Amino acid sequence: MKYIDEYRDAQAVRRFARAIERITTREWQIMEVCGGQTHAIVKFGIDELLPPQITLLHGPGCPVCVTPVELIDKAVEIASRPNVIFTSFGDMLRVPGTRGDLFAAKAGGGDVRIVYSPLDALRLAQANPDKQVVFFAVGFETTAPANAMAVYQAARQNVTNFSILVSHVLVPPAIEAILGSPDNRVQGFLAAGHVCAVVGYEEYYPLAAKYHVPFVVTGFEPLDILQGVYMLTRQLESGRAEVENQYARCVARQGNRPAQAIVSDVFQIVPRKWRGIGEIPRSGLGLRPAYAQFDAERRFDLVEYTAEESPDCISGEVLQGKVKPNQCPAFGTLCTPEHPLGATMVSNEGACAAYYRYRRLELQPHG
Amino acid sequence: MGEFTLSCPVPITQSPTILMAHGSGGTMMHRLLETMFLPAFQNDELLAQHDGASFNINGARLAFTTDSFVVRPLFFPGGDIGSLAVNGTVNDLAMCGARPLYLSAGFILEEGLPMDSLERVVASMRAAAETAGVHIVTGDTKVVDKGKGDGLYINTSGIGVVEHDLTIAPQSVRPGDSVILSGDIGRHGMAVMAVREGLEFESQIESDCAPLASPVLALLDAGIAVRCLRDLTRGGLATTLVEIARSARLHIHIHEDAIPVLEDVRGACEILGLDPMYVANEGRFIAFVPPEDRDRALDILGASAAHIGDVTEANDSLVTLKSTIGATRIVDMLSGEQLPRIC
Repeated sequence: MKYIDEYRDAQAVRRFARAIERITTREWQIMEVCGGQTHAIVKFGIDELLPPQITLLHGPGCPVCVTPVELIDKAVEIASRPNVIFTSFGDMLRVPGTRGDLFAAKAGGGDVRIVYSPLDALRLAQANPDKQVVFFAVGFETTAPANAMAVYQAARQNVTNFSILVSHVLVPPAIEAILGSPDNRVQGFLAAGHVCAVVGYEEYYPLAAKYHVPFVVTGFEPLDILQGVYMLTRQLESGRAEVENQYARCVARQGNRPAQAIVSDVFQIVPRKWRGIGEIPRSGLGLRPAYAQFDAERRFDLVEYTAEESPDCISGEVLQGKVKPNQCPAFGTLCTPEHPLGATMVSNEGACAAYYRYRRLELQPHG
Repeated sequence: MGEFTLSCPVPITQSPTILMAHGSGGTMMHRLLETMFLPAFQNDELLAQHDGASFNINGARLAFTTDSFVVRPLFFPGGDIGSLAVNGTVNDLAMCGARPLYLSAGFILEEGLPMDSLERVVASMRAAAETAGVHIVTGDTKVVDKGKGDGLYINTSGIGVVEHDLTIAPQSVRPGDSVILSGDIGRHGMAVMAVREGLEFESQIESDCAPLASPVLALLDAGIAVRCLRDLTRGGLATTLVEIARSARLHIHIHEDAIPVLEDVRGACEILGLDPMYVANEGRFIAFVPPEDRDRALDILGASAAHIGDVTEANDSLVTLKSTIGATRIVDMLSGEQLPRIC
């Protein structure tokens, strides 16, 4: 397939792996932030091709993993109400809250539908004026523009039966939380290419300077990731801490200005709780007061939930790169994709699920 | 480890109600079969857990199978619920190595179904039966209230005759056997998904819905010592391979770049974040054959067939895959349906 196969070329992959090996003289801990990159690394086996001195740590970039459990509970509650059509991207449906997942809400009679775009949800609202249509607006900077556009269009077209349940999170504050932690191990970051395609990479310059860590904006195909690791290793080996862009075919330094404009028109920066990590200030997006009428939490008068994670789950430490999934005593035994103790085992992009699905052959749980 | 209380993600495998995942072909469905149906009805034929049951009656070896069809939409590029209902049962018989002979057809019709839709489906069933060389010899019709069915559900059962002495089953698979895939994968699932979800791709993906008795009988007639056959329906190639590795208690190693996938299907899967290995097919099967029969089997199945991997000695019941870039990873069953990803 054009523009895909070129980036999965086995020969080129091996050449890059050798090049990385040649320039690596000591141990480096590198974090890929995005769950899509984690998935590609484990699915293609990219980490197997790297020299043993390079450790890839898997970051908090899976939207399914970091959405707080209380919000899943709220989604389930809304979806279970009569006269509601609850819409979501597919992979949120299987994430368990404390009282089951959205699939269970559907089995219980809730009208839960998978959509491929929030604009489809908006159209559904227009086609069903007697129903309340709610879209589950989760994700990072990547999904924010389309979600903002759906709300903007709803306001413009006066679609009063449409609302969104928002849990948007932002990447740079999470990176700063990791870097600011006293037991941080991460020495360099592969920044998520698609996030940067939207917001650009200006925000990484102050982080690189303050913490003296290099960033490389990186894509998602095997060759992208290997080139990202190569560029990052070259910086680490020469003691540089700069911001570089491997994913230049998609990402401009300033990002996508129209997308940023619609996001800042509809959303404002708010504190956000991250599943497995806790609250991080200024790390999420919420609706601006002008669009508050489209906030599903207000519209449905929900009680406040608090929920705690399983004490056996150390997904917070996995998400911060402090431990590898297979270093968790519950990995593959108490905790499997069918019986997840934590968010990272739930989503396809979650580090634990990716390890379980593709790597449990050679990775036995410790302890 | 002792008891502990869960306060976050609830294990949903123990659902008190039926979930869609129980019909997805993944681990949830397998657990339902293993905990509900197999213990209730247990007998040797059922416990073989093949696509159909085989047994001897008065010296003749027969194969018997049943399948229900609840596809939405009823009509899709490359087929419809009628052709699917005939081919699905024909293929289950073919996977027992049987020559399909007679089918039954049960119709559950929803009040309000347009008569011409039913006519189209019936005409399609007749054509599919003619192509597959089977007769629909008995049937049943029920009508349910509007809103209680998706227009039309069909159940077909089928009987075929087994005309060889091979035991075609996972238990017959041996280390060293070659795994042959009969054609490109993922078309049926993507064709149905495109219509159901209103997804538009540059070109239309057509279902691979087809009867498989002829190619299977051609292998058997040529004296290929077929060890095991399985058609790739729900759960796709990956799930089928895992099922067989587990039943045979052997290891299957496959090569990703040997698996044929149509460009359009790959593209659609890339966009949606799906893996073609898990997408449903309705006219594809895998055959396990001894290595010395491999090239002849490939010749018989034609240019679309491919040798995708081999059975190895290890008795770990696992499937591994060599990725396109040369690394090895596990292929696992999904717990439920494959879901489009967020980003």
